[in-house]
Parts: sequence; C-alpha cells; structure tokens
Amino acid sequence: MADISSDFLGIKSPNPYWLASAPPTDKKINVIRALEAGWGGVVWKTLGSQVKNVSSRYSAVGYNGQRVMGFNNIELISDRPLDINLREIKEVLKEFPDRAMVVSLMADNSREKWHEMVKQVQDTGAHGIELNFGCPHGMTERGMGAAVGQDPEIARMIVEWVMEVAEIPVITKLTPNVHSVVPSGKAAVEGGTNALSLINTIQSVTGIDLDTLIPNPNVGGQSVFGGYCGPAVKPIALKMLTTISQDNITNKVPVSGIGGVSTWQDAVEFMLLGATNVQVCTAVMKYGFRIIEDLCSGLNNWMDEKGFARTTDFIGKSVPKMTDWEQLDLNFHIVANINPDKCVHCGLCYIACEDTSHQSINLSKGFPYNNYSIIEEECVGCNLCKLVCPVEDCITMVEKRHAEEKINWKEFVNKGLPLNSH
Amino acid sequence: MSISGNRLNTEQYLANFDDIHPGFETKEGAVIEANRCLFCYDAPCTKLCPTSINIPGFIKQIASQNLKGSAQTIFSSNIFGGGCSKVCPVEKLCEGACVYNLMEEKPISIARLQRYATEPAIEHKWHLFERKTSVNKKVAVVGAGPAGLACAHALSLEGVDVTVFEKESKGGGLMTYGIAAYKVTPEFCENEVSFITSVGGIDIRYNQALGKDISLTELRSAFDAVFIGIGVGVARQLDIEGEDLVGVVDAISFIYNLRTKDYAEVAVGDKVAVIGLGMTAIDAATQAKRLGAKEVTIVYRRTENEKPCTQEELNIAKLDGCKFEYLASPKQVVGQNGKVSGLICDKMTLGEPDESGRRSPVSLGETFELEVDMVIKAAGQTPFESLIKSSNILHKNGKILTDDSLATNLSTVFAGGDCINGGKEVVNAVQDGKDAATAILRYLGVNA
Ligand SMILES: Cc1cc2nc3c(=O)[nH]c(=O)nc-3n(C[C@H](O)[C@H](O)[C@H](O)COP(=O)(O)OP(=O)(O)OC[C@H]3O[C@@H](n4cnc5c(N)ncnc54)[C@H](O)[C@@H]3O)c2cc1C
Ligand SMILES: Cc1cc2nc3c(=O)[nH]c(=O)nc-3n(C[C@H](O)[C@H](O)[C@H](O)COP(=O)(O)O)c2cc1C
Repeated sequence: MADISSDFLGIKSPNPYWLASAPPTDKKINVIRALEAGWGGVVWKTLGSQVKNVSSRYSAVGYNGQRVMGFNNIELISDRPLDINLREIKEVLKEFPDRAMVVSLMADNSREKWHEMVKQVQDTGAHGIELNFGCPHGMTERGMGAAVGQDPEIARMIVEWVMEVAEIPVITKLTPNVHSVVPSGKAAVEGGTNALSLINTIQSVTGIDLDTLIPNPNVGGQSVFGGYCGPAVKPIALKMLTTISQDNITNKVPVSGIGGVSTWQDAVEFMLLGATNVQVCTAVMKYGFRIIEDLCSGLNNWMDEKGFARTTDFIGKSVPKMTDWEQLDLNFHIVANINPDKCVHCGLCYIACEDTSHQSINLSKGFPYNNYSIIEEECVGCNLCKLVCPVEDCITMVEKRHAEEKINWKEFVNKGLPLNSH
Repeated sequence: MSISGNRLNTEQYLANFDDIHPGFETKEGAVIEANRCLFCYDAPCTKLCPTSINIPGFIKQIASQNLKGSAQTIFSSNIFGGGCSKVCPVEKLCEGACVYNLMEEKPISIARLQRYATEPAIEHKWHLFERKTSVNKKVAVVGAGPAGLACAHALSLEGVDVTVFEKESKGGGLMTYGIAAYKVTPEFCENEVSFITSVGGIDIRYNQALGKDISLTELRSAFDAVFIGIGVGVARQLDIEGEDLVGVVDAISFIYNLRTKDYAEVAVGDKVAVIGLGMTAIDAATQAKRLGAKEVTIVYRRTENEKPCTQEELNIAKLDGCKFEYLASPKQVVGQNGKVSGLICDKMTLGEPDESGRRSPVSLGETFELEVDMVIKAAGQTPFESLIKSSNILHKNGKILTDDSLATNLSTVFAGGDCINGGKEVVNAVQDGKDAATAILRYLGVNA
C-alpha cells in the first residue's frame, strides 16, 4: 500500500485532498462531517467583513444529459459573523488535530485590517492562512478579491503586510481572471508568500432561460457574471498550474491545485503538473463528502501499480514534458489504424475526418454496416478519429517516423527544408 | 367445455390489454436515452428502416429538446411514425441494426423515443406540414390502411385532391382492426388517422367497398389516378375435414371482433388451438389467453428455429403461458354435436430445405389428438382474390402485380401494401404508399 499522506509546508494531512474554501467549509457542521468522511483537511470559507448574499446563487451547465459539467456562483465570502467562525474553527481543531485547517481571508484594503485578521486566525491555532485574491464577483467592486489578484503590485503589497505578522504558512490563492497568472504569482512570491494555490473561479455567464430570456442565475429577473468552476474548468486550471510550475520564481513555492478536481485521476494530473496537493469544491457540492473514499482508494491503487511509494515520488513529473511548440519533433509522425474486429461501423471517425480533417478515411458501403479504413498516405496523425471513436482501442495511432533523427522547428528552418508538404 | 365471453372482470381485461411497450414517463428518461445515441453517420438503423427515417437526427432533436423538430423528422419520412413506434418489429429492423448490439450493449430504445416524439404531435395535432395549393388533380385511394393513407398524405401535400374509399367505418386498416390490442388502442388509431388527415385535401368516404359500392371502372373515369391499398383478406383455409364445425374461427375475424367489441363480448374457448406461428398466430394466441382461455396451444408444422415470427413476439406468447406443439400439422377437426372437441394432427419431421430456405416438414405417418373446443386459423392470409380477378388487374394468386414504380397493368392504376406483398408490416405498406405517391405525381406531371 502506497503512502498517500501529504505534507504541505509542514501542514500534515492523511491524504492530499483538502476541501476548497467554499460552502462545504463554511461552518462546523459541514466540516465535521467532511473530516469524519475522511477528508485530509479544509480551507475554511473566506472570512472578512460582514457581507450579505442574494438568492438565487448558483447555476450550472450540463453536457449531453449529464448535470453540472460546469458550475457557477455569485456568492460572496462567508456571510456568518466572524466570531462564530473563529470559535467553530477552534472547536474543529480540537476534534480533528490530525487534519489540515487552513483559513481563507479577505480583509478590507488596509494594513491594519489585514494584520488584525491574520492575528485573529492565528489565535485559533489554525495551521495556515490562504489569501483570497480571487473571488471574482461582488467583492471586486469593493477593491477586494479579483481586483487584488489582477494587479500584481497590490497583490505584492498585501502579501507583504500579511507576512509582517504571519507566524503560520501563508498560501496565496490566484484568480484565473487574468491573461496569465504568472505576474500575480510572481508578485506574491516576491512579497513573501509561502505557497500558491490556484485556480479560483472564472468569470462566466452559464446560460439564459429561453422562456424568460433572463440569464442564469436569476435574481429577481436580473443576473450578474458568476464564478465558473467544476469539471469544465479543469483543463484551464491545469494550464495555469503548468505556467506556475514552469516559472523560475513561482516554482520555488509549493502549489495547491484547484479547479474541477472530481476524481482521483484529476488529482493525479494536478500533482503531475506540480501541485503538492489538491482542493475540491464542486464535486462535493454535487455528490457530498462520500466521494473522498474513491479519491483515496483510486490514488492508492494507481500509485501501487506505478510503483510510487509516496506522493512526492510523482509530483511534478509531467512538467518537463510540457515544452514550447518550437521544440516539438517535426519528424515524429503517427497514422491512425482502425481495428476491423473492434469497429462497430458507427461512421463517426469517417464523417469527422471527411468533413473537418484530412479526408483520410475510406468508406466502403455495406448494408447495413459500412466498413472504414485509413488511407495512410493522407493521414496527418491528428488523433481526431481516435477521439471520436466510441470503442476503446479500436483506433490506435501507429508511429511511422518521417526520419530517424529528431528535428525541431528552428533546425528545420535553418536547414532550409521544405515547409509545404501538400 | 364451452366457448364464451365474460371470463374475466373489467380490471383483469384492462390489465391484460394494457400497453405492452409503455413509453417514457418523463422527459428526463427520454433525454438520457437520447443522449446515449452515438449519432452514427450513414446510420445502420436508418438503413434498416423501410421508410428510411433519419433516426439519429430525430433522436438528437429529442436530446436538444426540439420535440417539434423531432416529430417533423419522423413524420416527413413516415406519416404513420406514431403507430409504427408501437407496432414495428424493431428488433429485426432499426434496433436490431443499432451499433450498440455490436458492443454487446442494449441498443438505443428507438421505438420508445420515436413514440415520445410522435405521441404529443398526434395528441395535440401539431401543425407540422403545409399543404401546397390545389393543383386541380384528383386521385382516388381505395383502402384507408397504412398504404392508402400514406399515399393520400403524400399526394395531398403536393396539392392533389384525394378521395379515399374505405369499406369499414373507420380508417387505419389492420392498424385499427388487426394489430394486437395491447400494442395500439382504437382511440390511438382514430387519433392517428385524424392527425394524418388534418393536413387537409383528404376526403375519406367510409362504408364504401370497391366491387360493391363502387367499381374500378367508375373510379378510373372519375379520377386522374387510382391507388389500391386494400390489404389482404381472411386467414387461409386449412382445407381439412371438420373446418366447418362451430368453434373453428379465422384469426383475422377473431381479432377484428376483439378490436371492435368490448373484451367481455368476445367469446373464447377453454382450450384453444392456434394454427401457425406467424405474427397473426402469436397475436391470436396471446389475446385468446388474455381474454381468459385456460389453455392455448400453438400448433406449428416446423420447429421454433423456422418460426416466421420474431423472437420478441414468441417471447410474449411464452410469457403469456401459451403452449407449443412443434412438428404438428392439422389433419382433422373432430366434433361433437356440431361443435369442436379436438384437433387431430400429423406428426412431422424436417426434410429438405424448400424455396424459402427453411427445411420443409414431412409427415411421419403418425397422428395425435389435442383436446380443444376452439381452433383459430392463422396460417397465412389469402388475398381478396375474387375482387382482384374481376377487375382485369394482373395478379398472382390474388396478389396484385406492379412494376417498380408500383404501377399496375391498368393505366392510371397503382397499388401497394399488403395487397401486393401478401402481408408484411405496417412500415412496408407506408413506404409503398409513399413510393406510389411519387409515381402518381410523376404520372400527373405534378412537380414534387
Ligand atoms: C393479426 C395481425 C397482426 C399484425 N401485427 C403487426 C404488427 O405488430 N406490426 C406491424 O408492423 N404489422 C403487423 N401486421 C401487418 C400490418 O397490419 C399490415 O402489413 C398493414 O396494415 C398493411 O397495410 P395496408 O394498408 O397494405 O393494408 P390494410 O392495413 O389491410 O388496410 C387495407 C384497408 O383497405 C380496406 N379495404 C379492403 N378491401 C376493400 C375494398 N374492397 N374497398 C374499400 N376498402 C377496402 C380495409 O378495410 C383496410 O382499411 C399485422 C397483421 C395482422 C393480420
Ligand atoms: C459556491 C462557491 C463559493 C465559493 N466561495 C469561495 C470563497 O469564499 N473563497 C474562495 O477562495 N473560493 C471560493 N470558491 C472557489 C472554490 O474554492 C474553488 O476555487 C473553485 O470552485 C474551483 O474548484 P472546483 O472546480 O473544485 O469547484 C467558491 C466556489 C463556489 C462554487
């Protein structure tokens, strides 16, 4: 059995799964239930000055009949009184000393306010602080949240204020509502943050009620941009995480990966791209805390299969595989192959290739089943047919290199090789 | 032993004749199933549909909750798309071709989805088609069955004025009078007919029989063209001794009774023998059982392997508790006081394959007797031979002969459906009606 326990800046947890700062972590009742279910830790719902929420608050995007592929909310930070939150944090810490307790903060825009809040949190005995620079709605109008995360200079300043009094690890949570997370990430690291976490939610409109013409979520006939999260955002989160892992300043600190983690595979992917642990919100909001069981057992079994004894054995392993386009080997070539024994004759590969790719699939009419085969000379190895095929391993991509040696774009151009292969 | 009605109470009748293929109860159910569809290209399901319904197309429209578009997709290929969703032997057509079968997965429930899209259209008479302005051409259609009405609808859409002559008092043909009551109700059939005619330009004259109330000669002179879709007639004679005893009935008449009367009024024996193993035999056997017969035995000359019905149909009969006597050929109906008391059968064995490719039954020279009080004949139907013969139409044993465009040897006269194929399915009759309409429009010089 692999060891899936995790150590994030000395904050220990029995597994690398924390609940992200959000409704699942906004009060003792939930948090106790989560920790009983087996979650490694929580990032308490963001504390700050008293706010008031609206109704309704959430909306979602489905895909092909599946609900909540993407999720969106217009909630603010915790709307419960600060003293109750602080008291409950203390109580949870007493009951579950072995789990990570990180508290998310978003103070008003003054040095004193930040100092005061950091100290109040430290007094609870919490293990760490997460600075919420990313809440993309409501708070920004008040000069907080995303506005802070979007301006690297303000971010640096606030991190510096916090570090003046911080005695426990500080994680800075980045907003994805920027063209690159690297500048704000760098600023936070230079300001002294001990770690980064990403991503918070992405500004979005999930859809419109086509009867009433009112966008979602509907608050008395009006709507606002909401923060998007859930499985739909995972690829974007992974990309942003990768840029943090690739940068020489930001990759000096540990990262907590967030954004669409729903399964153990998702978690492994975040960790392979450099996250020390992951945080989860939408998946538990859809299914409840019980999903932790498979998150742990799936990870454990995968690590056993791959021979990884502890999570640090594979964290960041895929980062070096991400490169610049110019570095890719132009002599690498693959062509599709359709296994006729596995083919169910649905024709999806054919029509995709014929209409939108390189016309490299041959159709021979049959009744009622047509047969399909690859025209190898035409195939550019794009993967499209394989991606749309409903049968696992029916279409495989076979390596047929153009030449033995590797050659990247620069070398190719320097050698004056012909670019047009048509 | 006696033949009588009133064997069950009202609830039992209703339960026994309840819809055998219920539709989706909820939108969610339909959408989940619709989303399972892979949306195949040049889809095998569509290819095996005799009316070539764009099945992946209508299913995606259910998924996108464009139900009107979905109904339109179905009806534009098959105006009986509602009825077909309830009566088609889909296991050997669309659903049998679904590629999920090749993955050893349950095929898409195409019929149920089709029903989901068509039911509201028929119920609320969605206005899905616009008839073109009249082109001042008149066509007579004989028979308001699937072939006749499909032809009438296609012609009317193009602005042809259609008059339908139907010998019964209701439309729908065997859909209304022949198909098992647990598949379609009389109300559904009536709604379907009025949905089809709601496009306008179709005038149905009921209780008008060709050969009795009207003649082909009259029709040919009064109309620019004539389509004959009169189906096939009663069950084939057995030509054995005792066939005239009280208690020997023809399956088509038996089912006709069942479809037109209260279940309690339909008499059935205690012990019933049904002769044949086609769809009609299965329907007669299962419905005799559902009317309260104590024992129903299906008597078939060959074995289960050679059965003309589908496995699905056979399963219904098995689940209903029908018994089977395979390799048994009726030789004589025996009676007491003029009433059936038994059926003597020859024991058979399988010999050489016949022209259908199935091994043909050969008598072993031994007999056995089944103790029964009712015999239902369902060994194939006979065409309206005398009617056809008296009208100079070329035919083969009463089956009307046509060319590929469904034209008969008589100018302006076209034919299609069971009366040319000897008895297939509703969906084949519908396609014939469409094809004939295309040929008639061409003949009339109407640009479709
Ligand atoms: C017992 C039974 C069960 C069946 N079950 C199924 C099933 O489950 N699924 C399926 O797809 N198919 C089934 N079929 C077959 C299907 O009903 C027929 O293939 C289909 O109805 C043929 O359509 P049609 O229009 O050619 O003929 P019909 O449906 O027979 O319609 C012919 C019409 O012409 C009328 N007519 C006849 N003679 C005259 C005349 N002289 N003048 C005026 N009108 C006349 C008739 O009254 C009738 O309305 C079944 C058939 C039978 C007998
Ligand atoms: C309803 C809701 C409320 C949230 N509130 C906060 C918050 O108060 N502070 C914060 O840092 N992030 C908040 N988030 C963002 C999540 O912590 C997380 O970053 C985001 O949802 C992406 O993860 P996921 O895809 O697993 O949901 C909230 C998300 C949701 C759905």
